[in-house]
Amino acid sequence: MKNIHVSTVLNGDETEFVCAPEETLLDALRGRLGMTGAKEGCGTGDCGACTVEMDGRLVCSCLVLGAEAEGAEIKTVEGMAVGEGLHPLQQAFIDHAALQCGICTPGILVAAKTLLERNPDPTDTEVRYWLAGNLCRCTGYDKIIKAVQIAAADMRGA
Amino acid sequence: MVAVKLWGSLRDLAEGQEVVEVEASNFKELLDALAAKHPALKPQIDRGVSLAVDGLVYRNSWFTEVRPDSEVVLMPYMKGG
Amino acid sequence: MNFQSSSKQDFKVVGTRVARPDGVDKVTGRALYGADFNVPGCQVGLILRSPHAHARIDNIDTSEALALPGVKAVVTSADWGVPEDEGLRDVQDNCLARGKVLYDGHAVAAVAAKDMVTARAALKLIRVDYTPLPHVTDVDEAMKPDAPVVQEARADESVPEGSGPNVTHYCEFGHGDLDAGFAKADTVIERSFTTAATHQGYIEPHACVASYGNDGKADLWCTTQGQYLVRDLCAGIMGMEGSQLRVTPSEIGGGFGGKTTVFIEPVALALSRKAGRPVKIVMSRVDVFRATGPTVSSSMDVRIGMTKDGRITAGEAKLRYQGGAFPCGTVDMGAQAAFAAYDMEAVRTRGWNALTNRPKEAAYRAPGAPMAIYAVESVVDELCQQLELDPLDVRLKNAADAGTKASYGVTFDQIGLRATLEAAKEHAHYHAPLGENQGRGLSCGFWFNFGGNTSVSLAINADGTASVTEGNPDIGGSRASISMMAAEELGIPYDKVRTFITDTGSLGQNDVTDGSRVTFAVGLATIKAARAAIQVMCARAAKIWGIDEDAVIWEDGAAKPSGPNAGDFEPMTLAEIAAISSETGGPIAGHHEVNAEGAGVSFGVHLADVEVDPETGATTVLRYTVFQDAGKAVHPDYVEGQMQGGAAQGIGWALNEEYIYDEDGRLQNAGFLDYRIPVASDLPAIDTVILEIPNPGHPYGVRGVGETPIVPPLAALSNAVSRAVGVRLHELPMSPPKILKAIMAQG
Repeated sequence: MKNIHVSTVLNGDETEFVCAPEETLLDALRGRLGMTGAKEGCGTGDCGACTVEMDGRLVCSCLVLGAEAEGAEIKTVEGMAVGEGLHPLQQAFIDHAALQCGICTPGILVAAKTLLERNPDPTDTEVRYWLAGNLCRCTGYDKIIKAVQIAAADMRGA
Repeated sequence: MVAVKLWGSLRDLAEGQEVVEVEASNFKELLDALAAKHPALKPQIDRGVSLAVDGLVYRNSWFTEVRPDSEVVLMPYMKGG
Repeated sequence: MNFQSSSKQDFKVVGTRVARPDGVDKVTGRALYGADFNVPGCQVGLILRSPHAHARIDNIDTSEALALPGVKAVVTSADWGVPEDEGLRDVQDNCLARGKVLYDGHAVAAVAAKDMVTARAALKLIRVDYTPLPHVTDVDEAMKPDAPVVQEARADESVPEGSGPNVTHYCEFGHGDLDAGFAKADTVIERSFTTAATHQGYIEPHACVASYGNDGKADLWCTTQGQYLVRDLCAGIMGMEGSQLRVTPSEIGGGFGGKTTVFIEPVALALSRKAGRPVKIVMSRVDVFRATGPTVSSSMDVRIGMTKDGRITAGEAKLRYQGGAFPCGTVDMGAQAAFAAYDMEAVRTRGWNALTNRPKEAAYRAPGAPMAIYAVESVVDELCQQLELDPLDVRLKNAADAGTKASYGVTFDQIGLRATLEAAKEHAHYHAPLGENQGRGLSCGFWFNFGGNTSVSLAINADGTASVTEGNPDIGGSRASISMMAAEELGIPYDKVRTFITDTGSLGQNDVTDGSRVTFAVGLATIKAARAAIQVMCARAAKIWGIDEDAVIWEDGAAKPSGPNAGDFEPMTLAEIAAISSETGGPIAGHHEVNAEGAGVSFGVHLADVEVDPETGATTVLRYTVFQDAGKAVHPDYVEGQMQGGAAQGIGWALNEEYIYDEDGRLQNAGFLDYRIPVASDLPAIDTVILEIPNPGHPYGVRGVGETPIVPPLAALSNAVSRAVGVRLHELPMSPPKILKAIMAQG
């Protein structure tokens, strides 16, 4: 089968790419557009390392076809920081050591951002359940939860 | 002479002795002397051993000094994750 | 000034919580991991794996696959020689099977093709004729005399006559008179335990790009804990000279010991050589589970005697480990570590390794120790229950200390076990009230730590900054701690130092990032490299001032005359000396190469509170606290991070994680859905208490901290669950059905 032409809005920019019909959005982002921020940890939607936002919804981009991005708005970790500044979540993750190897970090940041957009003042339990689809093997999650809460407080104050 | 303590399963390869005395002033001389005196120990020495000298573990530093009053314990080659 | 032996106590940078240098790259998606690297013209490599647990390979026909348009190369083990070195041969045979497949998922052949679709189609066209053979996956079954033979004649000289055909190694440690010791006991408990094999579970699958040139030179980019080891293994397998293969490590998405060997890298090189093109291989998660890692599974018997007042009189452990289809010595580590926390008059541990039809064991954080210490700490806890003694008091009463003759033979120097136990006893956690169906457990943990081969180069740049070049992939923030130690020694701010991790062509040998060695050994070499550079800077200042080199000291980032007699000169800062380096003799740098020794052992104590649902058998961890001696915590955030991360892995091991094999010898749960590692909602906050008992073997007192934290959770959780449900469990993981069964059996 021939490749498919897809038009999307990626991190605010109108973007076009071609992909094979069976190609995942994750492979299209990484392979066709060079956006390697989203990672493949499992390819089956279990680890969350490939998490991106699609039309305001969190998705595992390994479970979405590239062709499904036609007309959609996609946001990835590469779009979080604006100009020279970092998003408060990104800053909090650095300041409070919420990452070790960092492979899960892009997915967790995208997921945490959508949480705080819906619920600016979550409980620790709410943060833990929201992020339950994002595996981290290094940190034991403790510093991740704390950093999300610090960023949330920062964003509420701003 | 330096007294070298062997771990349990090596003792059968050294005529049942727990402590073997050898003439040596460093790690390498000690290994050579051990292998010469007790050839049955050579396969393990060739596979790799560590040496604890006065409580500190050395993996394969030949020129680590051992003195007659040092506590010298042979250990399997350390590995980690 | 003595530049080699001075020891520091007052720190300006070390011990602070600075931002890590790779932080921005990792939160913006800019950091490049194994699978993120690409080169033009790259072919897709895929590996064909065995569907059988054990089978003879009668024939491999690759002709149809090779004939498929777009296929550039197919390789099998026939493309390599047979190395003489046994260890290298095992690594190679694990990368591509030779003669027999030894486990479900064992690699058999590989293809390189223009794209993924073609590569997948080509794999299906490779015809392999197998004759299935009987298999064994359980360690106790594998040790029987009539067990299916995994590999012939692999026993070393340590194995006693009459052992089963799969036993490859035997070891024994200990001292004292066991019979006399047990005779002194008021109570003796003997129990048998099993633990399942668990996977390191790094989120980043193995990935590499190999580019083999027609001139015989090659480049390899990969995710690894040790680029030098990858080079040595790949060069050995490919028959190359080490200098002709450059290995460049990517950022690494977790390793925990599982990336201390090679799986796909030599295969990619072989494909690239044959195809004349670069080849990229990225493992799937299924393949990661089937063919990499895991740690050993175990079957163990432990017997301990105790007096009424809580004195341990004797202890004995028998450990049976299986490390898959190739010989491994992990049981040596378990047998040495089992009783390390105790000061004992009579102790004996014995260990056996057996071959099974499972993947080749890879190191996993404190390899061999967690299961052995789990068994010992479970029996100690049961003795405390029977004798109605406080489990922390009993540990304190028997704790190993400076001067204790350890169960593995050495006499301990300064160690932090007693301090961590005392900290645990004073902590609010130990006194928090418990409710119905809740229990509290504790366990000690231990790891040896080591140093190893290390090369570091440190350049003083003309603008007054410093660049450190080192060769150990940074998994948990080590670039921060290395920069901190360089800044501390040079007397300049942390942000004036940047640390780079380099390829195999740029520095001398560096051992793998393992054994909790990096902050200790690379830190030590960095400090000494900085001192070498300082020596040069002092010499330059001496020349400018026209005084003797020995009359110049280095203080607060500047060269100064050592005293009034040396002369009256304004101090020259590092920046001032650096700015005129060209005029005063050329670039200024320091380097240090060492096989670092003198790593101090590390002890920890964990407290865990759990609640068990008596209806379902599900365990909730309510409260968790880690106490550990770090010697000196260079960057406390990342020391805490090691403690928390290790605890979480240990909790997963205790409660959920296991390799499940069916009757047919095939792995049943090769994915994160069925091999369930802890998620955020499974865990509570993990509290940490860092103790600092300086390691005399390091200029700043640093001890490795990475491995010890995975050791105590197994017994801490088991002891907590056993106390919560009122029945003792002897098997890991304590998944809900097993706990429910134990509750039911109790009636």
